[in-house]
Amino acid sequence: MNIPANLKYTKSHEWLRLEADGTVTVGITDHAQELLGDLVFVELPEVGKELAAEQEAAVVESVKAASDVYAPIAGTVTAVNASVPEAPETVNQDAYAAWLFRMKPANAADLDALLDAAAYAACAVE
Amino acid sequence: MTQKTVLNETHRRLGARMVDFGGWDMPLHYGSQIEEHHAVRRDCGMFDVSHMCAVDIAGSHARAFLLRLIANNVDKLQTPGKALYSAMLDETGGVLDDLIVYFIDEGRYRLVINAGTAEKDLAWMAARIAEWRFNVAHIPRRDLAIIAVQGPNAKARVWQALPESRAASEALKPFHAVDAGGCFIATTGYTGEAGFEITLPAGRAEDIWQKLLDAGVRPVGLGARDTLRLEAGMNLYGQDMDETVSPLDAGLAWTIDFSGPRDGIDFVGKTALLARPQERQFLGLRLDEGGVLRAHQKVVTAHGEGEITSGTFSPTLQRSIAFARLPLASAAGDTAEIEIRGRRLTVRVVKPCFVRNGKALI
Repeated sequence: MNIPANLKYTKSHEWLRLEADGTVTVGITDHAQELLGDLVFVELPEVGKELAAEQEAAVVESVKAASDVYAPIAGTVTAVNASVPEAPETVNQDAYAAWLFRMKPANAADLDALLDAAAYAACAVE
Repeated sequence: MTQKTVLNETHRRLGARMVDFGGWDMPLHYGSQIEEHHAVRRDCGMFDVSHMCAVDIAGSHARAFLLRLIANNVDKLQTPGKALYSAMLDETGGVLDDLIVYFIDEGRYRLVINAGTAEKDLAWMAARIAEWRFNVAHIPRRDLAIIAVQGPNAKARVWQALPESRAASEALKPFHAVDAGGCFIATTGYTGEAGFEITLPAGRAEDIWQKLLDAGVRPVGLGARDTLRLEAGMNLYGQDMDETVSPLDAGLAWTIDFSGPRDGIDFVGKTALLARPQERQFLGLRLDEGGVLRAHQKVVTAHGEGEITSGTFSPTLQRSIAFARLPLASAAGDTAEIEIRGRRLTVRVVKPCFVRNGKALI
């Protein structure tokens, strides 16, 4: 299973990366894309949208099923990766390169409560 | 307990993601279901469909039994090898299963029935044989495996892998079968492409699968099988029809033969179908914007509401397509609305056949 050590994770299979400017980048994990199969449709949030933790933020849809992507922490959407809805298969090809959206955390300390790679690996095999 | 086909280990060795399908542990895909779909449309691919059950109907009353058992008319089968698609109904006219029947000779026919319904179907057949007192036996052939090879290059690859099969199968017309050295080779399929369905002794399945693999035939899982059959306008039992649905409302009217009575008797379900005319139109839907149509979504038309029975993303058309049961007044060319995640989207009503032989039809 491909779970980079430098990222944070959620039980609902999102990954997060803290950027130098204090924003966090969010995507779905390699394990999540494998469970979903070939993605064919991605819907991203609007820039400026305020999200509560665990609120539905985006939708990734595969041939098999639609799946919600949740905001891992509370914050405001600052950017979206517009190339992903145009080519959803890029998430299957590299789930950690094909990020979905960036947000400015309402409270940076919220990140500490998320899973590290080892903890996510343990919950992903369940 | 989950059942396994004789090729189960082979699929795992090829890296398949396995899923439970009708009580069978089957390959969903071997990496990418969309690439597998394109392989069948553009070149060729092979499916292990050994979970489907071949049942031989043998005995002097075989034809009389089938005339009564299924809703299509086996009297359409006059030359050995010819095949027929049919529904098998219960007395209420509900669909027990859909199947293909092959005419082998006057004393023997072969049915291929669905995996998830096999036990129910066999019990139904046994009960009808006892009730009607026919001199006929129904013999489930679990000693056989089935490999479907489909796509524009499928036949050439089969002949390359199994040269000894070529002479017997070269002149086969569509929907016919022939025995070629113990392999029962049929020009049937579930993809809308040319190709063969090969029924063979289970003990030879691994060897023949490997030969096909060596000839460049790509393994394809049930995921792509579903998108291929939907594009081709082919119903899936349990989704597009079942015991609660009249075949007339499931787009299967073309498979029901009301002529007769046959041999002085009617097929099971005929009386019920005549008493309950068609209530719904079975049509296709096409969505021209983002999103994927899914089974059980509600469809709002100018004539009332309908329901999607199968929906998916069509890799060939690069948009979502579906089958739906719609009000009787609906017709191809209409527009309708569906709701996905709180948003109303417009869909185009089309004939429920989207792609054939690699070509878009809508």
